[in-house]
Amino acid sequence: MSQQPILEIRDLRASVEGKEILKGINLTVNPGEVHAIMGPNGSGKSTLAQVLAGHKAYEVTGGEALLHGNDLLEMDPEERAREGVFLAFQYPVELPGVNSTYFLKAAVNAVRKHRGEEELDAADFLALVRQKMKVLDVGEALLKRSVNEGFSGGEKKRNEIFQMAVLEPTLAILDETDSGLDIDALRVVADGVNKLRGSENGMVLVTHYQRLLEYIVPDVVHVLYNGRIIKSGGKELALELEEHGYDWVKEHAEEVGVGQ
Amino acid sequence: MHSTTESFQKNFALFEHSLNGESELPLHQLRRRSLERFSTLGFPTTRDEDWRFTNIAPLAATQFRPILVSEPHSITPAQVAAAGYAGQSGQRLVFVNGHFAPGLSQLGEVGNGATVSNLAAAIKADAAAVEQFIESLPATKPDTFAALNTAFIRDGVFISVPSGIIIEQPIHLLFIGVATSEATVAHLRNLISVGENAQATIIEEYVSIGGGGNHATFTNPVTQIAAAPNATVNHYRIQHEQELGFHIGTFHATLDRASTVNSITFTLGSAIVRNNTSAVLAGPGAHCTMDGVYLANETQLVDNHTTLDHAAPNCTSHELYKGVLNDRGRGVFSGRIIVRQDAQKTDSKQSNRNLLLSDTAIIDSKPQLEIFADDVKCTHGATIGQLSDESLFYLRARGIGLAEARAILTYAFAEEVVEHIAIPELRDYLETLLNTRLEH
Repeated sequence: MSQQPILEIRDLRASVEGKEILKGINLTVNPGEVHAIMGPNGSGKSTLAQVLAGHKAYEVTGGEALLHGNDLLEMDPEERAREGVFLAFQYPVELPGVNSTYFLKAAVNAVRKHRGEEELDAADFLALVRQKMKVLDVGEALLKRSVNEGFSGGEKKRNEIFQMAVLEPTLAILDETDSGLDIDALRVVADGVNKLRGSENGMVLVTHYQRLLEYIVPDVVHVLYNGRIIKSGGKELALELEEHGYDWVKEHAEEVGVGQ
Repeated sequence: MHSTTESFQKNFALFEHSLNGESELPLHQLRRRSLERFSTLGFPTTRDEDWRFTNIAPLAATQFRPILVSEPHSITPAQVAAAGYAGQSGQRLVFVNGHFAPGLSQLGEVGNGATVSNLAAAIKADAAAVEQFIESLPATKPDTFAALNTAFIRDGVFISVPSGIIIEQPIHLLFIGVATSEATVAHLRNLISVGENAQATIIEEYVSIGGGGNHATFTNPVTQIAAAPNATVNHYRIQHEQELGFHIGTFHATLDRASTVNSITFTLGSAIVRNNTSAVLAGPGAHCTMDGVYLANETQLVDNHTTLDHAAPNCTSHELYKGVLNDRGRGVFSGRIIVRQDAQKTDSKQSNRNLLLSDTAIIDSKPQLEIFADDVKCTHGATIGQLSDESLFYLRARGIGLAEARAILTYAFAEEVVEHIAIPELRDYLETLLNTRLEH
């Protein structure tokens, strides 16, 4: 008997300001799988990530998305997070005056409360955070700062992965986590992600470049173009893309009839 | 013509009667002159420029019972600890309905010739010294409420720190209003003198404790600080009284040469609050910071009128007031900066920022710069904003519910001022106090 998928998306359509961006997405993520979604700028990659996290600027106009069989699109963003969805933002916002420790503790306890678990007190929380910091090689100074305030691009991305490690999501969506990172930062972030891979959780990596996939090897690669997944394959598909560029995809798209 | 001042005149007759011979003293002549001034000025209306946005008709229409002598109360030390700041040992002077409560206070040795006493005791000991001290402080501009306060001077605090003395522990003044079956009024007067090269920290806190009644309390305090050359005074004012309260607070500091006064005002409660906060930078090289956080929920009104008067050269002033207005709450900020002709090389910076959490909340923000010197640097700015949707989404995407996310971001807005508090325990206290209010 097959396991229930973590995420099942069927014919998902979404618009922003009346313009349709997602034009029928189908995607299934099973436990233990890492999916990469690649595509040129404007293909709808980030829109997909934001729609799954529940950003209200994107209007779902059709289709469905199920998280462990439950209607994901019905849930508020916080409910999704408590049910195990984590979006690593492409552009994490700076929150001046919001203490990182306070923020993370509020997040962890919101999830725990939802699961019917006891909330962590300050000592237990600190122990958890310290353990995750060790795994991801993050300095304790981060906890004393305001969330993302004055962080470099790389620090912000690393903070996203750190939060992910603390919150232990069942479905992690990484939106262009590799963009703006130099090779060392990329390695650190990829390392962190690999440590969080497990047989119970799934990941969706949204990326423009094949580079990230050298460090995080996906099980499935999808090519998103003009709001639809036009090609799916193994990890070698990413290499093919790298070799031929996105023009090759566009030609392919025209062949299958999803051009402009 | 100002018929509403009549009840206070009646109160004054009762007050005078209760003074037992003290009414023969010159201090009492000052009271009488002040009552006359109060009667002449009358209560301001919205036709007065300084009160344009703040309608105090509900206050003026209320008959307040004066509490002439300290009345028995059942307040316990545990209630005191729960109602106010309790984060430190050191001097704590507690007042109940305008009268000193020695049983609830902690008066340790301050030593080195410093005086920390309640004002009634100081008057008893040396009324002439108190009177001289009041007269020596430059008069604030004619103001009904300050005049009313002076007319009823009786209790409050008297603090005198001699030259060169540094008082390490903050002095905590806790003023408790007990709502009873009648509307009551307390006119507190706090006189603080900090000598040359001396240092002191004062925490002035106003709270309410339910006393089985639900009537209005009117708190009308005046605090005056004189900072001698090179003195440093940190002053924190925290107001979180009951919803039915009126609070008209006056704070005035005089800064002599190279002295520093840091004042932070937190206003969290009551139906109508007006803070008149002013400082005169009277000696060269003085520095004054004047910060504030104000919250107005439901139908509350909080009005901050500040004046920074640069009367000497080479002085600096920094002012940051941040307001959070929710529901039908209303805020008023008026920041006046005067740079007199002699006050060359003045460096003054004023900022008023406001967060509006509802469509029905209102803020009126008015900077007023009056510059008569030519070599000065003065900046001012006022902003009005809302919580950022992107920030809210970020918090919610981490599992934090909408109400909590809003509270977190709102507190973060005020945090910039909270972090100016130099005492860690007091900072924690304000953080808890603000967060409790924001999660309501």
